[in-house]
Order: sequence, then structure tokens, then C-alpha cells
Amino acid sequence: MDTIISLFTDPATYRLITIVILSIFLGIEVISRVPSVLHTPLMSGANAIHGVVIIGAIIVMGQAPDNDYLALTLGFLAVILGTLNVVGGFVVTDRMLEMFSKKKKK
Amino acid sequence: MESALLQLSYLIGSVTFIMGLKMLSHPDTARKGNLIAAAGMIIAIFATIFLYEHGGQRLHNYIWIFAALAIGTVVGTMAAKKVQMTAMPEMVSLFNGMGGACAMLISLVEYNKPEVKETGTMLVIALGMLIGTVSFAGSVIAWGKLNGRIKDKTIPGGQAINFIIFAGLITLVVLVVGGFFPAMPGLFYGILALAALYGVLFVMPIGGADMPVVISLLNSFTGVAAAFGGFLYNNPVMLTGGILVGSAGTILTILMCKAMNRSLKNVLIGSFGGQKAGAGGPAKEQGNFKEISLNDSAVLMAYAQKVVIIPGYGLAVAQAQHVCHELEKVLEEKGVQVTYGIHPVAGRMPGHMNVLLAEADVPYEKLLEMEEANEQMSTTNVVLILGANDVVNPAAKEDPSSPIYGMPILEVEKADHVIVNKRSMKPGYAGIENELFFRPKTSMLFGDAKKALQSLVTELKQL
Repeated sequence: MDTIISLFTDPATYRLITIVILSIFLGIEVISRVPSVLHTPLMSGANAIHGVVIIGAIIVMGQAPDNDYLALTLGFLAVILGTLNVVGGFVVTDRMLEMFSKKKKK
Repeated sequence: MESALLQLSYLIGSVTFIMGLKMLSHPDTARKGNLIAAAGMIIAIFATIFLYEHGGQRLHNYIWIFAALAIGTVVGTMAAKKVQMTAMPEMVSLFNGMGGACAMLISLVEYNKPEVKETGTMLVIALGMLIGTVSFAGSVIAWGKLNGRIKDKTIPGGQAINFIIFAGLITLVVLVVGGFFPAMPGLFYGILALAALYGVLFVMPIGGADMPVVISLLNSFTGVAAAFGGFLYNNPVMLTGGILVGSAGTILTILMCKAMNRSLKNVLIGSFGGQKAGAGGPAKEQGNFKEISLNDSAVLMAYAQKVVIIPGYGLAVAQAQHVCHELEKVLEEKGVQVTYGIHPVAGRMPGHMNVLLAEADVPYEKLLEMEEANEQMSTTNVVLILGANDVVNPAAKEDPSSPIYGMPILEVEKADHVIVNKRSMKPGYAGIENELFFRPKTSMLFGDAKKALQSLVTELKQL
């Protein structure tokens, strides 16, 4: 019960919860009318955006003590995987969309 | 000052993600939207590296961070640039899995930190790992299924097993977070193992044709996993980015299901994978199909007034989009009107065919959406189906027992002639027979799409 009450009394947590709720509505609103042609690129673009998890990986890596090899190894791997998600995601999306713009010009 | 700069960078990041998603949902602005989101991501990443502080401590291990960033960038760019258009869906699934694995590793490291954690922190770590792991395992299976390494498998009682695993996961999370057995750190790794198993079993029975929907769903899972990271580090950009993808991804998943006229539940239970060839289309009308020669096909099309080409995954696999465009040009020179009928889910992903044909410079106006194409069918002389199957299966309209019953299809039978190019009589991806092939109007032109089209072009030029 105390934990639940603290969700509302602790300003930091309360702020986070507000962000979550508003973001949910925003996400629904932003893409509710998208033509089916764009489903694939949109999914791929969204895929790149959740690569933002890499920020957590960078923090983990940057805080790992020099002698904690487990944290260093896992953190290193996490940053690589996160980068793959971000870079790969944006590049693949751009490649898909490049073809759309090409045909627009013709 | 620096912390204000960091927060400002995060705010910019969040705004670019919202704008990016918004712009990605309109054809004219989509590409710019992607680039804007990418720019915001770069700002957020570098701001974190150089400005992040915790308890007055800056980040260190810069060499490692930059080495990892460099490796990821080089490998990611190469993979994304080299991948064939046909393999795009697999690639997206794989990148999604990487994000899930990243969330999983973050939780693992955080769990192993020596300091005592509050209940809330523990909950966020455990859930982040759970969802990240499910997403990772599921994405790898989806990737394997799309490139044919993993076949559809139904496990007897799969639904019940999945439910038990799910219940087990919840129990473990409660035990770990509640700290009931502090002497048993193994429980935490139990979550890891069960979540991986759940991810595998969750995707395994779902049919290959439904993979795009699954990838979209797993995509929103990874978004939620990223958002748990936002809670963990009190980080607004991870939170907005993650939740935005989580909710937008869920809506997108539902939209995709609607495009196929099926419910999400129907997809997840895996009715496609569950019923193998024969179960949907009973062998009642099998047997007699007509074959047509290349020469006859060429003549039929050359003297037609209107030809509609219906591309499918077979075209993508054969990489025949350029030859297809050539065929269209040769026919146009002969005064034939040529258009393309694009089913929203033709290929392996919605929009797959549009991207593929655009690559071959097929003009935008020639690509008709399904409704438009169907209106034109009755005045069309020849329909040429290139490696499409389920999207033209009349069973979707006529046979209530068929697993694809209710899905809108391209009504090719309204045209005078239907030529189907296929490699063999094997059923399509959904694993069900297609009665269309045995109908009187239909003629079969067997062979690889690229070779068949090349020969057709040669024949046409000689006419």
C-alpha cells in the first residue's frame, strides 16, 4: 500500500507516470490514420525509435566499475546491440522510404 | 548548467520522436520524419555520454562505449544496406530482437549491482528483463520463420502450456520483487529462462503469413521494455520513446489485422499455422488445371486491351521486379493498358509490393489499391498473377470453413482470362489449396517468375 501511495506523493514518480499516460494517448493519436502502404516503413521507423533503450546501455557501461568484468562485458554487449537496433533501424527505414520518394518524382 | 543541457537534449529527443512518428504516417513527409527522429536519437545519445551524472559522478569507460558504438554502427549499416528488399521483414525483426536483448542485458547488470534495491526498482528491473527477453526470443523465431529456417510447428496443448508458463512468470516476478526468498538469487534467472521459453512458444505456432503482425506486436513489446529503462534511470526520453512505440505499435498491429480482416486474437491463436494444407481447402475440386505455353500467354496479352498484373511474394523471391517493369513497357508499346493490382498484404509485409515495384521504377499511378483494382476487373482482358496466391484465393469469399475466410481478395475471376505464374502447384504461405487454379478461366504458366517474364518479353518482341 505504501508503495502505491508513493506513486502519487513522490513528485519524480508522479511526473514519470504522467509522461507514460500522455505518451500512450499521443502514440495512438499520431498514427491512427496511416495508409496501409506505409505500415511497413512505419513499423520499421518505430523499431528504430525504441532503440532509445541504448541510453540505458550507455549508462550501465559508463557506470561499470573497472574491476567488474561481468558488468563491463554485459554493458559492452548491450551498447553494441542497442546501436545495431538504432543504426540498422533508421538505415533500413530510410532505404524503404527512398524508394517511395523516387517514384514520387517520376 | 550541464544537467539543464542534458534535460534539454532529452526534451528535443522526445519531440523529434513524436514528430518523426507523425511524419512517418504520411507518404510525403515519411522520409524526412525518419531522419528527424534519427537526429534526435543522436543528440540524446551524445548528451548522455558527455553530460550524464549520477550522484555527482560522470560516466567513464569512454573507450569501451565508443568501441561498442563503432562496432554497432558499422555492422548495423552494412547489414541494413546489404539486405535484399525481399529480406527486409526479417531484418526489421532481427533489429527489434537486438533492442529486446539490450533491455535484457541492462536489467541483468542492474540486478547484479551490490547496492540494496527498493521494491519499485526491483519491479522495474524484473519487468524490463521479462519483456525484453520475450521480445528477443520471439523476434529471433520470427526471423527464422520468415527466412524459412524454422518451420511452423504446433505443439499439442500449446495454449495451455503457454498459459502455465505465463502464470509461472508472474509468480516468479512477485517472489523476486517481494523479496520473499532473498537467499535464492536463482529465482531471478528463472524469470530469464521462462521468458525466453515463453517468447519461443508464443511465436512458434503462429503461421508465417501472420509474421508481420507478430513483428509489429513484438516491436511494441520492446518499446515497453525500453520504457522500463526510463523508469529505472528516471529518464524522460527513454520513457517517451518507449511508450510511444509501445502504444503506436499496438495500434499499428491492430491496423494490420484489420487490413487482413482478422482479429488479433485469431492471429495469436495461430489458426493459420494450426491447419496445414488440406484442412482449409478440402480436396474436392482438385485435379484438372490447364497449362498455358509461353507463346500463347504472350499472344493473349499482346492482343488484350487491358492487363492487370498481380504481384506476390513469388515475384519478390525471384527478384523479377525489373523484368516485370520491362514486360509492362513492351506491352504498352503494343497499345495495351497495363496496371498493377496491389493487395494490402501481398508479399510478407503490408506495402512490400509497393516498395519492390518502386525499386524497379514502376510509376506510382500504375499501382492500384485493392478496391480500385477490383473495380477495373470486369473490363480487364487478362490478369497475370505473379507468385501471388492467398490474396487471390476465392475461398476467402466462398468457403466459410477456410482459415482465410473473410479476408478481402483481388477478384480476378471477373476478368476474361487469368494466367497464373507459379513455380509449382504447391499451396501458398497460408498452407491452403487455391481453387482458383482449377477454375475454367485460369491457365497455369509454370516456372520461376524472372525466367518466365524474360521469355515472355522475348516472345512479345518477336510478335
